[in-house]
Amino acid sequence: MRDARGTVRRKAGLKLWLSGGWLALIALLTLAAGWVSPHDPLAQDLFAGRLPPFWVDGAEPGYLLGTDSLGRDVLSRIIYGGRVALGVALIAGVSTAIVGSVLGLIAGYYRGWADAVISRLVDIWMAFPPVLFAILLIAVLGTGLWSIIIAIIVIDWTRFCRVVRAETMNQSQMDYVSSAVVAGHVRTAILWREIGPNVLPTIVALLTLEMGIAVIVEAILSFVNLSISTDAPTWGGMIAEGRISIHQAWWVLVCPLIVLFLTVLAFSQFGEGLKDRFDPVLR
Amino acid sequence: MTCFLEIDNLSAIIRGSNDRLLRSVSLQVNIGEVHGLVGESGAGKSMIGKAVLGILPAAVEIVEGQVRLDGQDLFALNPNDRRRLIGTKAALIPQDPLTALNPSRRIGAQITDRLVDILGWTKHDAANRAAELLVEVHISDPERVLASYPHELSGGMRQRVLIASAFAANPQLVIADEPTTALDVTVQKQILRLIRELQLRHGTAMLFVTHDLGVVSKICQRLSVLFAGKIVEQADVAQFYSNPGHEYSKALMVATPKYTEPLTSLMPVDESVISAVTEEIEAADREWRGA
Repeated sequence: MRDARGTVRRKAGLKLWLSGGWLALIALLTLAAGWVSPHDPLAQDLFAGRLPPFWVDGAEPGYLLGTDSLGRDVLSRIIYGGRVALGVALIAGVSTAIVGSVLGLIAGYYRGWADAVISRLVDIWMAFPPVLFAILLIAVLGTGLWSIIIAIIVIDWTRFCRVVRAETMNQSQMDYVSSAVVAGHVRTAILWREIGPNVLPTIVALLTLEMGIAVIVEAILSFVNLSISTDAPTWGGMIAEGRISIHQAWWVLVCPLIVLFLTVLAFSQFGEGLKDRFDPVLR
Repeated sequence: MTCFLEIDNLSAIIRGSNDRLLRSVSLQVNIGEVHGLVGESGAGKSMIGKAVLGILPAAVEIVEGQVRLDGQDLFALNPNDRRRLIGTKAALIPQDPLTALNPSRRIGAQITDRLVDILGWTKHDAANRAAELLVEVHISDPERVLASYPHELSGGMRQRVLIASAFAANPQLVIADEPTTALDVTVQKQILRLIRELQLRHGTAMLFVTHDLGVVSKICQRLSVLFAGKIVEQADVAQFYSNPGHEYSKALMVATPKYTEPLTSLMPVDESVISAVTEEIEAADREWRGA
């Protein structure tokens, strides 16, 4: 028993460190983009177009990950693109979590008409195909970062609402909630103080997952040119541009793709790791 | 003797059905008295306690009867007053110490919440009181326990914490819902003694729910025997053990295993007795539906 538990914890630790480390690296790089990025991400140099990354023959020393067809430094653009990706992930992820979780907690704890209204709303909401819904919203709101963030909140709050509602109902059945009722506490106090902390691990796990999803959504929307202006660096935009020159300069597409993949993976693994670590029952 | 808890003709059903879970239950618990509530599992013992404390599952509905706590009719009060009355005067010792403590909060906070929020104590006073209480339930290092999370404590320790927590607000009524069932036998005895000790010291009225007639004989003054949500016999404990009145009570007494001869003494309740009680209950139900 002790051995089994020990193994679980060590694995969780490694997962947590690797994914957390990657996210911290990306976050640091993007925060310090002005100092660490070797070039101006917008500066074009047509004489240095399509330079390969450093491990391929013909690379220039100043361009670690090569350049795109306009001669812009891929590494610098990835770093600046990370600003957009992480910014959207953070703001959209946290806002979605707050909106969805609050509604889920209310529906799961108070039940009755509040639950009926919220649950029906979730059902209707989930019947819309999310990508079409997103494009529709962007069409109405106009392109831009805030539109993307609002679109993510509007579409994805249901994900939190459903899961948090179920978990809240689950926790409401627990004896410790009955004890709190007998002690004479008001219902709002019971919901926030007793049930809230026990639903939090679920919310955190979902939040990191949602941040990964936000990164993908931002990439998709910038891939189809619905994000910020075309020349500003975004991972999705880079992938779209790299697609055109895939046969001459594969690195323009592959480098941001790998960073995108690792970041999304890191978000989901980070959530898993946190949940394993802070789940009071597993601990 | 003054009556502190008075349950009068209480019936409950599953919402939307016509079958009663509690069948016109009446009982009184006086100040300083321990009233045992005995029956098989599923007889509705815990249901009575939960009905008093207002923590019935949503699917159960009370259809008739009154519960008076300290002379006040609980169902006539508005929810807010009822919440305050129960919060200040009654407490629960729950069955399962594993789930009755919030896993993500420290023990100290869980004991002091009620004192601070409902009784208006200062945090400092409440913390001191919590430490005192843990000493009262024979926990030798209260400071460490108060700072612990429930999963860091053993089952017996958690039950002690729950008992301390129940007596924290000096309640006049404590409902003990099978407080020893989830514990192993050696700990059971200590916990039982502890509950008795605190009940005597505080002069609390207590409703003691159990399926164990042996436990009742040690701790209770009066008892009610419950079958399928109906009280089939109510008696003083001394009188009950020398001369149980109802056939079902007799059968229960016989069914209690004796430690000296565990195998031969383990007898199920006789079928004929069960069918006799069932008939009695069906008759009562017909009368109830007619009324």
